Amino acid sequence: MPQRENVERKSTRPTQEAPEEQVAPNQAATERKAALDAEVDSMLDEIDDVLEVNAEDFVKSFVQKGGQ
Amino acid sequence: MTVHRIMGIETEYGITVPGVRIMNAMATSTRLVNAYARNNIRGRQRNPKWDYSEEAPLRDARGFDMSRAEADPSQLTDDDMGMANVILTNGARFYVDHAHPEYSSPEITGPRDAVLWDRAGAAIMHRAAQYTTTDGVDLPILLYKNNTDNKGASYGCHENYLMNRSTEFSSIVAWMTPFFISRQIFTGAGRLGIGQQTRDFQYQISQRADFFETEVGLETTFKRPIINTRDEPHCDAERFRRLHVIVGDANMSDTATYLKMGTTSLVLSMLESGFLEGMDMTPTEPVRSMYAVSHDISLQRRIPLTGGRNWTALEMQREFWNLASKFCESEYADFIDPETIDVLFQWGRILDRLEEEPLECADVLDWVAKYRLMEAYRSRGGLEWSAARLQAIDLQYADIRPDKGLALRLEERGQLVRMVTDQEIEHAQFHPPTDTRAYFRGECLRRFPDEIAAASWDSLIFDLPGKESLVRVPTMEPTKGTKALVGELLASATNAADLVELLGA
Repeated sequence: MPQRENVERKSTRPTQEAPEEQVAPNQAATERKAALDAEVDSMLDEIDDVLEVNAEDFVKSFVQKGGQ
Repeated sequence: MTVHRIMGIETEYGITVPGVRIMNAMATSTRLVNAYARNNIRGRQRNPKWDYSEEAPLRDARGFDMSRAEADPSQLTDDDMGMANVILTNGARFYVDHAHPEYSSPEITGPRDAVLWDRAGAAIMHRAAQYTTTDGVDLPILLYKNNTDNKGASYGCHENYLMNRSTEFSSIVAWMTPFFISRQIFTGAGRLGIGQQTRDFQYQISQRADFFETEVGLETTFKRPIINTRDEPHCDAERFRRLHVIVGDANMSDTATYLKMGTTSLVLSMLESGFLEGMDMTPTEPVRSMYAVSHDISLQRRIPLTGGRNWTALEMQREFWNLASKFCESEYADFIDPETIDVLFQWGRILDRLEEEPLECADVLDWVAKYRLMEAYRSRGGLEWSAARLQAIDLQYADIRPDKGLALRLEERGQLVRMVTDQEIEHAQFHPPTDTRAYFRGECLRRFPDEIAAASWDSLIFDLPGKESLVRVPTMEPTKGTKALVGELLASATNAADLVELLGA
């Protein structure tokens, strides 16, 4: 499928001009995972600052009436 | 075949005031809507009431028909003493429904506009909450674009699609049921908890799924049906029905909203054309299958269909996608509009990506983005899934404050894809779409704020200086009242009386 090609091409960087440098699928997956993990890590550092101070109270007190 | 049709999206927001033990949700929601009305409707002397009357004498004049309303002006110009309700210059309605603030988008014609005017709604909610704190001593109001408090209550994000009356309702039930069950894999907003009362802290794909108990019905607040039969088209009921879809999650992700509205509209097009006749994809246990799909983040669960078939949600969606692609190619190859092509492309692409690795779709899908955050936070802190901090992440993902909402923080970091810009959202808060009757409604409210006594989806009621009776202008045709049709007329009218005169000419 053309769509899938696009996804992989994007995540393994340009391959059209230098096909010999194409990264092996396993290595590509590992790299992609590492990049995602780094992204998440930086967000986790922020979450503690952003999250409501007393999580337990916050969650308990979020009581809604039913809607549509 | 096209994704374009008259559609709309309406969202009820979760509302809370931290530090208040027992909050009166109705009063707080009213305070929110009134704060917006007071602070943001510049130069407006009055807040037009919602016109509930359904009288609609029909006479065609550029889509409008006029009649002298019989109501005494004083009955309508009184300040609203009941539930707060504001009709906005962008053509939307911002009001209190049950115990939640709700924003109903103006009528739009495609999924990208749905994303834009839905986000404008969230921005309006946020603005309103800010006004309540600057108004005086009141405690801040927090708002959540989610669908459950995880304690038994659910509130909705409904979609509306105008469709041909001639399409058999039974075929809508037959095809939209499997579609709604399976589309959860990209429309789900994610939820930590199973069951309406949250009996297990296990992550599931949809906020809403566990609140559906029947297959077809009229109810929306209890015994919720997968296919809702409410049928108020707000236009010519002989020709149209409005499919009121109540199964959807409220999405923070633009892509999720875009796919939700776009793919649903495409499937309805296939139904309307009769393309699906002679085929079927009927689930034998619709309600249980709804839960089964939502409760399985590996997307492996098989759904029993008639004829002994057992398909995964992905396979069901793939079949819908194949049918839609085939239909587009065979019937309309040479003149498919760009948005339809884009929806087909994005739809196929998300199915490819979900098939390959669901957990890598965190840049576009809410349920994956939230899961990835929770799972990483959980493993870093060695937490149980029942930990309060994980439940807090679930909630705060949908917080609409840009500095606190986790989905909005992800967007800010470029980790959740955006489809519309801040400038577009700002503009859409105050301006209507140009290609539906919302244009006429919004522009009239913007230009003649003091001469409009009431409005609704299908009417505007003018209170003209020196006139004893009100003038009701029905707007029964959602595809009229567009900029192309009335732009010049509106520009040439120096005041409301002028406009009414021109309309009657």
